[in-house]
Amino acid sequence: MNIIEVQNLTKRFGEVTAVNTLSFNVQKGEIFGFLGPNGAGKSTTINILSTLLAPTAGRAYVNHFDVLLERDKVRKSIGLVFQDPSLDDHLTSEENLRFHAKLYGVPKAEYQKRMKEVLELVDLWNRRRDIVRNFSGGMKRRLEIARGLIHYPQVLFLDEPTIGLDPQTRAHLWEYILKLKKERAMTIFMTTHYMNEAEYCDQIGIIDYGKLVALDTPANLKRKVGCDIIEMKSGNKERLKEELQTRYQTGVKERGQIMQLEVQDGEKFLPRLFNELDTQIDSIALRKPTLDDVFLRLTGRAIREEEASAKERMRAHRRMHRH
Amino acid sequence: MHFVQPIITIWQREIIRYWRDKTRIFSTLFQPLMFLVIFGSGLSNILKRGDFGVDFIQFMYPGIIAMSVMGVAFFSTISTVWDREFGFLKEILVAPVSRTAIAIGKTLGATTIAALQGLILLVIAPFIGLHLHLLMIPEIFFLMLLLSFAIAGIGLFIASLMKTTESFGLLMQILVFPMFFLSGAFFPLTDVPSWMMVVSRFDLLTYGVDAMRQVFLSAVISPQIAQRLILYPIYINVLFLVIFSTVLVSAAVVAFSKKT
Repeated sequence: MNIIEVQNLTKRFGEVTAVNTLSFNVQKGEIFGFLGPNGAGKSTTINILSTLLAPTAGRAYVNHFDVLLERDKVRKSIGLVFQDPSLDDHLTSEENLRFHAKLYGVPKAEYQKRMKEVLELVDLWNRRRDIVRNFSGGMKRRLEIARGLIHYPQVLFLDEPTIGLDPQTRAHLWEYILKLKKERAMTIFMTTHYMNEAEYCDQIGIIDYGKLVALDTPANLKRKVGCDIIEMKSGNKERLKEELQTRYQTGVKERGQIMQLEVQDGEKFLPRLFNELDTQIDSIALRKPTLDDVFLRLTGRAIREEEASAKERMRAHRRMHRH
Repeated sequence: MHFVQPIITIWQREIIRYWRDKTRIFSTLFQPLMFLVIFGSGLSNILKRGDFGVDFIQFMYPGIIAMSVMGVAFFSTISTVWDREFGFLKEILVAPVSRTAIAIGKTLGATTIAALQGLILLVIAPFIGLHLHLLMIPEIFFLMLLLSFAIAGIGLFIASLMKTTESFGLLMQILVFPMFFLSGAFFPLTDVPSWMMVVSRFDLLTYGVDAMRQVFLSAVISPQIAQRLILYPIYINVLFLVIFSTVLVSAAVVAFSKKT
């Protein structure tokens, strides 16, 4: 059963098309990972699905409700954890939850029970009377997740839920997310910059320039890259690049200080490479493709690269298409 | 039915936040009292020699209350700008409640806070030598509520359009002082140049001060003497305040819905 349906969704801001005829479905109970470089249209899509923004064209349904025509029903069906903190840190944990529960019309008789339940889920029950201001980043995030759950939403949207958290907290947070999926059959729609986190997803959609460029399970996406990757470092990188390009033509990529070569059956290829190469190399590694490679191949850039702002990228893209 | 509950919820949050911020309560009380001490002491002796006909403090105190109520009502609507800056506004906007309910809740929050602050000043009044009857308190409290409501309307209107606390604060400063000085809080508007008379009629604080002053003066002097110091009968003042607040609060609701 589809809990989210997106059909030809388009959003234009003046001249810029942030989301371009996007179509995909999300099944009930799955974790859907939404990946893309900065400015690719992820936040715009989330804002449309959560009714904060009206689409220019196309339709979207969340929990079978139209995001444009049945806003309040959509709003009741979703829980949101924004990228930036959105708690009132002059209030206690409990007051933040109560505020939310009342706005969402949680029945009074139900509230106490649910508050205990969600706070226990994120291990904050004994901090319920504490003012949020003194909480750590991880605690605030957990409280936001608890808040997003107290009205029993059908879909939980998590926009970069682990950004800025230390690895340990991040791992903990993932425990909670997976617990939600398992115990509640909750549908989770998330964006992330961490490719190792995307591995937890049942389905991944990759978006670039507002268009969906891939939609599949993590395993299938990696299979599509289809080959192994050899990474080399050399004191004379330019010469290495030239030699790799003339000798093997395809599959040569430059990634910072590292030269990459994509090959079939890497274990057998390595000895051949050693025999053939003239350029001196300092180090070499062979690895299996990761989601980073899938991403790099589909969008032409690594997900963590942030040298160009979203606007610059958009401009460059338009220029490219004009000529 | 799910219209009143969100208003109460949003109102309640404003009150909790106000109550937690003790510094804010005391500093907003301190300012009007400072004005009173400085201006009151500085001017009352000079006025005693002339023919003012009434104790200057008794004359000025309603002005001080109006100023304080205005300042607090304005300042309380800054919470909308804060919410925007600290991200909490998103949490409110994505909830299944109407923008109108949110705007009204915010306005009523600021109204309550300002009127409470005014009430504290009213309770202090007898202790600094002002004459007050018990029956005057509900009357003045009603006028304070009405005045706060209109001012909160202006405040929320501006807060809806402003992106940062700085720009909000700046605009507030530009508005507060002319509104205050033109309102007749310090001097009777019955004896001023005609340009000032005209301009002051566009200042809603004028009507608040005028109405509260009548109630205050009724405790010490006869209506005939008071007549020289006031502009309109109370019901006219109330009528103007109701018109001002209807227009301003509606504008605020529209601005808030459009801009968020």
